[in-house]
Amino acid sequence: MQSAQRKYNAILTGNDAVAVGAKLARVGFISAYPITPQTTIVEKLAEMVANREIQARYVEVESEHSALAATFASELAGIRSYTATSSHGLLYMHEMLHWTAGMRLPVVMSVVNRALGPPWNIWTEQTDTMNQKDTGWMQVYCESNQEALDTILMGYRIAESEKVMLPLMSMEDAFVLSHTSEPVSIPDQEEVDGFLPPLDLKFRIDTNNPMGYGSYSTPDGPFMELKKDMIESMKNSKNTIREVTRNFAEAFGRDYSGLIEEYAMDDADYALIASGTLASTGKYVVGKMREAGRKVGLIRLRFFRPFPDEEIVKATKNLKGVGVLDRSVSYGSSGSIANEVKSSLYEKSSIPVTGFVAGLGGRDVRIEEFEKMFDYIEKGKTGNYFIGDREGN
Amino acid sequence: MVELILAPIAEKSSKFNHTDSWRILKPEIEYDKCIRCMICWKFCPDNAFEISTGSSIPSPNERTAKLEAPVINYDYCKGCGICANECPEKCIEMTVESKKVI
Amino acid sequence: MPFSIPTEEFMEPGHTACHGCGATLAMRYVLKALGKNTVVSVPASCWAVIPGAMPYRTLDVPMVYTPFAATGASISGLREALDIQGKEDYNVVGFAGDGGTADIGLQSLSGAMERGHNVFYIMYDNEGYMNTGVQRSGSTPYGAETTTTPVGKERNFKRQNKKVVADIMMAQGVPYVATATIAYPEDLIRKLDNARKIHGPKFIQVLATCPTGWYYPPEKSVEVSRLAVQSGVFPLYEFQNGVLRVSKPSKTVEVREYLSMQGRFSHLNDEDIAQLQEYVNQRMTMLLEKEKDTAKPGP
Repeated sequence: MQSAQRKYNAILTGNDAVAVGAKLARVGFISAYPITPQTTIVEKLAEMVANREIQARYVEVESEHSALAATFASELAGIRSYTATSSHGLLYMHEMLHWTAGMRLPVVMSVVNRALGPPWNIWTEQTDTMNQKDTGWMQVYCESNQEALDTILMGYRIAESEKVMLPLMSMEDAFVLSHTSEPVSIPDQEEVDGFLPPLDLKFRIDTNNPMGYGSYSTPDGPFMELKKDMIESMKNSKNTIREVTRNFAEAFGRDYSGLIEEYAMDDADYALIASGTLASTGKYVVGKMREAGRKVGLIRLRFFRPFPDEEIVKATKNLKGVGVLDRSVSYGSSGSIANEVKSSLYEKSSIPVTGFVAGLGGRDVRIEEFEKMFDYIEKGKTGNYFIGDREGN
Repeated sequence: MVELILAPIAEKSSKFNHTDSWRILKPEIEYDKCIRCMICWKFCPDNAFEISTGSSIPSPNERTAKLEAPVINYDYCKGCGICANECPEKCIEMTVESKKVI
Repeated sequence: MPFSIPTEEFMEPGHTACHGCGATLAMRYVLKALGKNTVVSVPASCWAVIPGAMPYRTLDVPMVYTPFAATGASISGLREALDIQGKEDYNVVGFAGDGGTADIGLQSLSGAMERGHNVFYIMYDNEGYMNTGVQRSGSTPYGAETTTTPVGKERNFKRQNKKVVADIMMAQGVPYVATATIAYPEDLIRKLDNARKIHGPKFIQVLATCPTGWYYPPEKSVEVSRLAVQSGVFPLYEFQNGVLRVSKPSKTVEVREYLSMQGRFSHLNDEDIAQLQEYVNQRMTMLLEKEKDTAKPGP
C-alpha cells in the first residue's frame, strides 16, 4: 500500500500538497475565506494565480458561506471550481453544502479537520466534518500529504463521473498534516491531464437554453425523486471510487485500494478501525503488538461518505472483535464512525464492537492508549469508552 | 449505458400554466375609445397583453386604426385591474367574472 | 410609436405572482433593458416562487436559485466563470428582495460590490419579508404594520426608519447606484442603459409595491408606486462615478396622501404622519445637498 513506486520529488506540507493538487487538477476558479489551519492552502493558490503558474480566478470573498456560494455558481457556469476551509468555516458553509450537492455540482473542497469552540481550539478533531455527513458530499479522510494531493486528483474524477455528480470533501488533520512537511511525489501535469479530463458539465448555464437552476418543488413534484437519485448516486459512487483508485494506481503507482485500507488484517483476530493520522499511530502500534505475537490489525477508513459498509463487513468477517476510534463527539450518542460500523454489521455479524472517543481538541492519542484500546477489544468489552482524559481513562 | 443524473432544473415555460382561474374581475377594453397608448400593456405584471396589428379591431379614429392595439389574453390575466386603473381614457372596464360552468 | 419601452419580453406569462405584483413588473422591465444575454441569480424571496413549481420556469434567460444570503457571492462566481469562458457579453444580475439585500444578504452584497465584479444587483424592495407572510425587514419604513410589528394595543408598528441600501452603496463608493420604481419603467430602463456602460458593479434599488403586504387593492400598484416618488418617500436618484443626480417629480404630493392609500399605515395619527413628513423632508434636503456637493469639481 502506498509503496511509492515513483520517487519523491518534493518535500511539502499537507496544505502545500493540496494546493499543488488543485493546480494539477487545473481548477479554473478558487474562492476562499481565511481560517487557521486552512489558510496556507489558499495563500499558496493565490500566489500561484499571482505568478500565473495556474490559469484560475481567485475570488477573495468575505465569508465561507460566500466562498462556497461563489464556488457553486462558478461550477454551475461550467468551470472546475475549488475551495478550502476548516472548522467553524465549514459550519458557516453548511447551507451551501446542501445547496451544492442538491444542484449536483462536482465541486471538490479541502477541509482541514479542526475542533469547534468554545473554547477556541485550532487543533485537530473531526467533529466539524462529521457534522456534515448528511449534506450529500463524499468524504475522504487522508493519512498523508501524498494522499492529500492525490485525493484532489481522484476527487474531481470521482465527483465529475456521470454516475456520481456529487461534491467531495477531502480532509487533512490540522497541523499533523496541514503544517507538517513530508516527502511527496508530484506527478507531471501531462500525466494528470491524461488521468483527469477537462470538466464537461452537461447542464452548464447557457443563455441559448434558459432554465431554472434549483427551482422549487411541491410535495407532489419531483422532490423525493431528486433526493432518491442522490441516494442512488452516492451508493453508485462506491464502484466509481474503486474504479478510479484502481486507475490511479495504474497511472501513478500509488494504490489507495478503494474506500478502506486494510493493514495487517490477513490473519488478524482483533482490529481497530481508525481514520486520518490516528491510523498511522495505530499502524505503528499494530506492528509493535505483532512483534509481541498478538494477532491484531487495523482498518483505515478512507471514505466516510459513502460509508463502506460492505468493505467493513468483509474486512471484519474473521475477527473475534473490533474497535472503532472516533476523533469526534456526538453528544448523547456514541462516536459517529462507531455508530455507522455497528449499523453496517447489524444482522451480518455478531462480533463485539467497542467504541472509543479520543484525541479531542488535538490531544495526542499515545501508544499506550492504543494498546489499552486493543486490550479492551481483546477482552470483548463492548460499549463506548472515552480515552485519554485527565481522569486517567 | 450511463444513466444521467437528475438535477433540479426547471425547463418548461410557464406559459403552459394558465392563471385564468385566479380572476374575479375581468377587464374588457372598449376599443372604440382606446387610443392605443399601450399603457395597459406596459403595466401588466402578468404579461397578459398581446400586441395586435389586426385591422378588424374597432378604433376611435383613422390614425389609431393604423396603430397596434392591446389585446388581453384571458388565459393569463389574473384580473388585478392595474390596466383599468392606469388607462388614461378609462376605457377598460372591470366586470365580475361570470361563473364558469364546469 | 406608442411603445415607450422595448416590446420584446423575457418574462413569460403563466407565473404565480400575486395579483398586481410590483416585483414581477420590476423583473419584466429589467429583462427588457438587459435582453436575452442575461443570467439572473435569485435568492429565497418572492421571486423564488413566482416562476412556479417544477417543471416551470418563467424567464427566457437562465435563472439560478440560491440560498438567502448568497446573491452577492453567487453573481461574483458566475461573472468570473463566464469571463473565463470569454462570455464577457453576458449580463450577470443578482435579483434579490429587500430582506435578502438589506438584512441577510448585506454582507455578501457589500463584498461583491467592494471586489468590483462587473455585475448588476437589483434590489426589488417591497419593504418586508413578503414571501414568508409580511414580516418586518430593515427596509420596512417607519410606521408600517407588519406581522412581526403588529399594532396591537401598544401601537407597536415599526419604530425605526427604513435602512436605505442604495444610500449605503453610495457611501461605499459603488460606481453606479440608482433608485427606481415600477411606476416609471422608462426611467428604470434608461438607468439600466446607463449602468451597462459601466464595467464594474451596478446597484439599483427598485421600489416594488406589494398589494398583499401593504394592504391596498391590487389595481393601485402603479399608482402607489407613483405616489411614493411624488411624496418624496422614495426619491429617485442616479449616482454615477461619484456624481449624484436627484429627480424632481413634476408633481408633488404630501406624504399623507401616499400613506392613506395603504392599510399598513392606517393606524398612524396626525403626529406620526407629521413625523414621517419631517423625515421625508430631511432626507430630500440631505440628498439635494449631496447632489450639490458631488456636482462640484473634485480636488
